[in-house]
Amino acid sequence: MGYVAVKGGTKAIEASIERLKYERLKDEEILEVNTILATMKAMIDQVMSESSLYSPYLAALAIKQAEGSMEEAVFLMRAHRSTLPRLYYSQTVEAESMLVERRISASFKDIPGGQLLGATRDYTHRLLDFQLIDEDQSDNEQWLRDYKDKLAATRAQNEVQYFPKVVDYLREEGLFEKYEKNNTDPDDITKQSLQFPASRSAKLQVLTRGQTGAVTSLGYASLRGYGQVHPNVGEVRVGNLPIYVAHPNEMEQDEENEFYIGEIRVTEVESFVPVTVKNEQNESELEFEIGYGICYGQNETKAIAMSILDQCLEHPEAEFPTHDEEFVLLHIDSVESTGFISHLKLPHYVTFQSKLDSVRQVKGGDKDEN
Amino acid sequence: MKTNTHFAFFDEGSKKEIRRAILKAVAIPGYQVPFASREMPIARGWGTGGLQITLSIIGKQDVLKVIDQGADESVNAVSIKKLVQATTGVELTERTGESSIIQSRHRIPEIALTEGQILVLQVPMPEPLRQYEAKEYKTKILHSEEDYSGAWLMLFEQIMKYGKTATGADHPVYVNNRYVMAPSPIPRFDNPKMHQSEALILLGAGREKKIYAVPPYTDVASLAFDDYPFTVESFKGKHCHLCGATNVFMDELIDHLNGETIYQCNDTSYCLERLNMDEEVEAEGEYV
Repeated sequence: MGYVAVKGGTKAIEASIERLKYERLKDEEILEVNTILATMKAMIDQVMSESSLYSPYLAALAIKQAEGSMEEAVFLMRAHRSTLPRLYYSQTVEAESMLVERRISASFKDIPGGQLLGATRDYTHRLLDFQLIDEDQSDNEQWLRDYKDKLAATRAQNEVQYFPKVVDYLREEGLFEKYEKNNTDPDDITKQSLQFPASRSAKLQVLTRGQTGAVTSLGYASLRGYGQVHPNVGEVRVGNLPIYVAHPNEMEQDEENEFYIGEIRVTEVESFVPVTVKNEQNESELEFEIGYGICYGQNETKAIAMSILDQCLEHPEAEFPTHDEEFVLLHIDSVESTGFISHLKLPHYVTFQSKLDSVRQVKGGDKDEN
Repeated sequence: MKTNTHFAFFDEGSKKEIRRAILKAVAIPGYQVPFASREMPIARGWGTGGLQITLSIIGKQDVLKVIDQGADESVNAVSIKKLVQATTGVELTERTGESSIIQSRHRIPEIALTEGQILVLQVPMPEPLRQYEAKEYKTKILHSEEDYSGAWLMLFEQIMKYGKTATGADHPVYVNNRYVMAPSPIPRFDNPKMHQSEALILLGAGREKKIYAVPPYTDVASLAFDDYPFTVESFKGKHCHLCGATNVFMDELIDHLNGETIYQCNDTSYCLERLNMDEEVEAEGEYV
């Protein structure tokens, strides 16, 4: 016989986890992963983007498990990502090779290749659609048949068409500085923690993994006067990018021998930001800079906000928090911010006792003890 | 799509990376080594730094103890233990003396640790200078130039304001006469246990992506002025209402029966071992 400590923790945790399961099951409905895959694409895109893990199926599973909580789904995906070996880096992806579904410019009406609206909610009225309550599979099938018939009536081109970048057209005119391509290997922020001052490749990675709401808020703050970047959207494109990897053991680098491993759907944004530069005669001139945004899936708000913050961080001299790389980059990650906020629920008895002691000592005013 | 979990959760490549950071930390006592902190199945700020160290160094022969603010039974300690055991199958213990790895949040056990044991501390804020310098870029420079005037000024200002230093837990320490280090929010009471510790102390900050260490037999001094010496939390005249211990860090409780303040060992396993010892002595006495 001996004393047994008050054992509460283990049992309480088990009961709590059981209760969580009960809450998920009690209404006796099962949501299939495939249903989420087919009907919750925007959410899947957002989860994949914030998780930095491109897997629609796993994202759908995470959404199911998290009961639709974004922060929880991203958390599950990131933790899963930690168990995966990192095998390859892909070859550089050229955005011109995108199979474009949607491409618009807010800067030019008449862009080479034309505007292609694709699927967007931008022009819909946000009125609750009560007809969806009684949606019927056979009606939907009929609608799809009609839609396909209409499509068949339009003549498709035989050639795959690639769209040039809007900015190329302006570069020709000398309105944008021409930069040498920087083909040094990017820093991988998942293999080495962020160091300051951060390289642009590291900054872009943190921004693209950022929580959609956080990136949007800070981008918005810059527009409202807490930053100096007010862009014109030069080009938004959404579509699929093919991904290739080189053979890891071949010395000869030949494009012919690269392996196609699949494609990712992304949103890419190039924003045009007017900046003042000095010319050779030391006179002030206006020029444009590009703010770059890219993220997994179709998430145009996030990509545009990212392009604003990219430009902000390229001009750190401005006296605004949105231009401060440590302020922006260290606070937009979903897993980090939600984790640390929620840790405040952990017991802090020892730390509080310690502070209590301090406060009592000071209040007690035994100043002659020292 | 289904995958099995690897031993100790991580792929071996990740473990090696983290172990390399640990080795560097041991080689430069008190210096914060940046590392590629992984996202874990528990939340950032819930011990992911400590957990990553534990999972990277643990082997099948290890015996693990996990405590949270002194308690083995605290919900998060239990949760961390469950995760490590589920992925490694190692033996768990609550007895400090039996463990080879002790992962702890904000306490160093009352029983002195010995050679061969490793104490892994969870760290929320690894940067001792963060209070007066928000930028990582600048604090890194301050450390490299051993410019700790800000830390001293902080203490000095408290003396000016309150007539004494008023730090709570996480009172900064000088390690090996070189780096000022945040000991993690252990009470000031535990700071002296770091000095010339026989056990290796590893500190992990998952969210802030830093690992640092106090190797065995290293000098650790709490920052203080000669005329205002360092003081620990006072439990003068208090004893544990369960085991009678004095000179340990105690939790302050309210006795529900009479509304009086009572004290109890914060280190639950220490308290329990003392109680069991008393009972054994009593039992042996009865057979004389």
